[in-house]
Amino acid sequence: MLFLGLTAFAILRLRALFAVVMLSSVYSLVSAALLVHLDAVDVAFTEAAVGAGISTVLMLATLALTTRHEKEPTHTSLLPLVVVFLTGIALVYGTLDMPRFGDPSAPIHHHVAPKYINDTGSEIGMPNIVTAILASYRGFDTLGEVTVIFTAGIGVLLLIGAFIREPDGNTIQTMEHHLVLRLVTKLLIGPILLFALYVQFHGDYGPGGGFQAGVIFAAAFIIYALVFGLETARRVVPGRVIRIMLAAGVLLYGGVGVISLFFGQNYLNYSVLGSTAVAGQHLGILLVEFGVGMTVAAVMVSTYYVFSGQIPPISDEEW
Amino acid sequence: MNWNDVLGLFNYWMVIILMMMGLYIVVSRGNLVKKIVGLNIFQTSVFLLYISMGKVSGGTAPILTGKPEVFSNPLPHVLILTAIVVGIATTALGLALVVRIKQSYDTIEEDEIQKADEEMEFGKPSGDSKP
Amino acid sequence: MISAHLPILQIVVPLLAAPISVFFRRAAIVWYLTLIVSIITLAISITLLAQTLDQGVISYALGNWAAPFGIEYRIDAVNAFVLVIISAIGTIVLPYARVSVANEIEPHNQSLFYTCYLLCFTGLLGMVITGDAFNIFVFLEISSLSTYVLVALGAKQDRRALTASYNYLVMGTIGATFFVIGVGLLYMMTGTLNMADLAQKIPAIGSNRTVVVAFAFIVTGLGLKLAMFPLHLWLPNAYAYAPSAVTVFLAATATKAAAYLLLRFLFTVFGADFPILGPTLTYLLMPLAIIAMFAASTVAIFQVDIKRMLAYSSLGQLGYMVLGISFASVAGLTATIIHLFNHALMKGALFMALGAIVLRLGTASIDSMRGLGRQMPWTMAAFVVGGLSLIGVPLTVGFISKWYLIVAALEAGYWPIAVAIVASSLLAVIYIWRVVEAAYFEEAPEGSNVEEAPLSMLIPTWTLIGANVYFGIDASLTTSVAGQAARILLKVGS
Repeated sequence: MLFLGLTAFAILRLRALFAVVMLSSVYSLVSAALLVHLDAVDVAFTEAAVGAGISTVLMLATLALTTRHEKEPTHTSLLPLVVVFLTGIALVYGTLDMPRFGDPSAPIHHHVAPKYINDTGSEIGMPNIVTAILASYRGFDTLGEVTVIFTAGIGVLLLIGAFIREPDGNTIQTMEHHLVLRLVTKLLIGPILLFALYVQFHGDYGPGGGFQAGVIFAAAFIIYALVFGLETARRVVPGRVIRIMLAAGVLLYGGVGVISLFFGQNYLNYSVLGSTAVAGQHLGILLVEFGVGMTVAAVMVSTYYVFSGQIPPISDEEW
Repeated sequence: MNWNDVLGLFNYWMVIILMMMGLYIVVSRGNLVKKIVGLNIFQTSVFLLYISMGKVSGGTAPILTGKPEVFSNPLPHVLILTAIVVGIATTALGLALVVRIKQSYDTIEEDEIQKADEEMEFGKPSGDSKP
Repeated sequence: MISAHLPILQIVVPLLAAPISVFFRRAAIVWYLTLIVSIITLAISITLLAQTLDQGVISYALGNWAAPFGIEYRIDAVNAFVLVIISAIGTIVLPYARVSVANEIEPHNQSLFYTCYLLCFTGLLGMVITGDAFNIFVFLEISSLSTYVLVALGAKQDRRALTASYNYLVMGTIGATFFVIGVGLLYMMTGTLNMADLAQKIPAIGSNRTVVVAFAFIVTGLGLKLAMFPLHLWLPNAYAYAPSAVTVFLAATATKAAAYLLLRFLFTVFGADFPILGPTLTYLLMPLAIIAMFAASTVAIFQVDIKRMLAYSSLGQLGYMVLGISFASVAGLTATIIHLFNHALMKGALFMALGAIVLRLGTASIDSMRGLGRQMPWTMAAFVVGGLSLIGVPLTVGFISKWYLIVAALEAGYWPIAVAIVASSLLAVIYIWRVVEAAYFEEAPEGSNVEEAPLSMLIPTWTLIGANVYFGIDASLTTSVAGQAARILLKVGS
């Protein structure tokens, strides 16, 4: 935790934005480690992939498109300090009546949580309780989450321009002439994609699931685009396909819910999808997680395409 | 408030300090990219707060293994997974806006942008200002 | 069979329409799709309102998991009313938007614009209809993210839309995160996320510092979204630089949804008996509301850009809504809830008229509006009637809101506040008069030849104006629904 504090402080004071972005990536990674220690393995996985991965890629792309240094602060920031201090004090005040850290008799561990822990085995039939809650018990929240990421994807397309138009030849220079990079990338892409599929479908049994899988899947394409050039990547997976995947994931998720309606049950009740309730839950969760993975992968790749499509060619010497 | 209480709450206090540092970066710095980094730190610390709440001493990750075990609370994990997604969505949009602002104003420092806007406003009425 | 699933269809229809719209490239087709979807949504919301007025609370368990283990949709008169407001405005903006959007947004962005619009629509509806605190956060973010994008699309006309959107993004995210912190603290002390469940468990905890801090964070977070003074800084710029159709939509819906959430959390979840609630309302919200009423209206008087003027005017109107909340009485809450509806009608119509002016003139500055009364008679007439409603002239909905607010103030014994309400309304006379003076009593610039707005924009504008007058003359429907809603919130019998 102290390390996190130091990192945050360094980010505050540093004015070289490249270092700031790297440190923020470190921050996410250390947080992920801390999360594992706190038994939140799925969350750690996601935080590592998203915070240390995608977030960093996007920030670096932004830096390449903007500046690399922050200006010297010209005025003292007393008001923000006061506001932040007061907020912090309020929060600390609030902790005084909280149950102590790790206390098993805290209210949070009774009421709703035990039901999930006890009934997941019989009602849903899968070991990963987090996936069971995410995809079934609170599945509607996850549909909202997919919609959020879909919104971001659409938003980036709207803001930085539809990449569906043909690039005008101004793209970042490829790194194909670096032998090591080229070779390693080719070796890595296969395993990365396989791992993504593994995470997607094994999410019921261990940490993983649609979201993490989508991010890893996208990472493979981003590496390919980084090394072999945006043009080549776009030929492999054209913008049109990405756009279709973007929408199809959400439709898959929402569609599964609609099917439940046709069976006369409430929205997103998976029990009707199979011969037994548990089989139905399995199928339902499989489908919706796949929908999540598809949309997430599409959003990540399309966002990367859009950002990097804007970056002017930078030769090796300029780095 | 005895020593036990302090130890029990220490984790939460550390997280709160992290949250406040993130928040401070957002409100006090004028560089638009740094603000977004600060926002990320703020949000990540909130995640740590939630997950700390769910930890049970002696518990383990909430994955059924067939043996009776003590598990940490799975519900905060679910909520935070969703919150992480929301966070990255916000970051992506924020960064896209920063890129556009750079293209329009040629700067991403808040005070320079404000100056540029003021120069434009006190000259002609608003409504049709092209960069 | 369908009627049992109306609650979820209310959200699923616009939600799934958004990805479907991505498959079509032509803006015209997407526009039609959006129009059809919003009409269906409106029909559903009206049906739900009728159902809940008849039967009481409607509850829908998603996934058939009973609350509080699953997410529950919970509809009563309060949120059903807000659903109708949102879907009605959402529908009526569309015919208007067709021309306005075609004018203000780049051609290749127009089809995705409507996708974003659908997403915003879904987010707002989802925030209002749900009975689960974390679900609120998710849909709040859907609506917020799409709003940031929609506002930023005004950059073609004015690049300040980008900074307005960025500032809104930063402030909005902080607000949403505060809200999440508050919900997390509540969850920590009660173990549940379901709002009805929370309402039962919070009194049982008694006086507890964590719950009080949770209250503070939730109110602050919602206050930011609601643009309650002093957390209002994002609103004037966002409204002023967004595309005209977006301003109409946002001004009439987004803050209403946030106001609803404030009502819900203050009175249903925490309850009027919550120890710190009373003092917060009287000593914090009431003064802030009054400051908003006066300060915002005063600043509005000095604006050159009429869009900004109306934006500041909205801040003042939000002050009235918060004032009604701070009385915590049936009359006060009725006033607030009625004003949610009435303000949507007023500001919707005013911003529509303004959007038509922007279409024809390319600007919304008061100088360019000289002599417009003769050249765009219908548009300016609509503006005048909307302005009268804003002031609170009898026979308009504005009068109904002000009336109930004054009655609530007098009932609570705060007659100085009743005077203040009247005084701030007089300020509105000043800024509306400035526009009227420019449009009707000054000469148009040499050689200007401005056409009247197209019918596709005039008809929605006058529909809203007609509603302004109709519900001003016969307010029985709105007042009875609002009254019932207020009683449900304060948990008193009818």
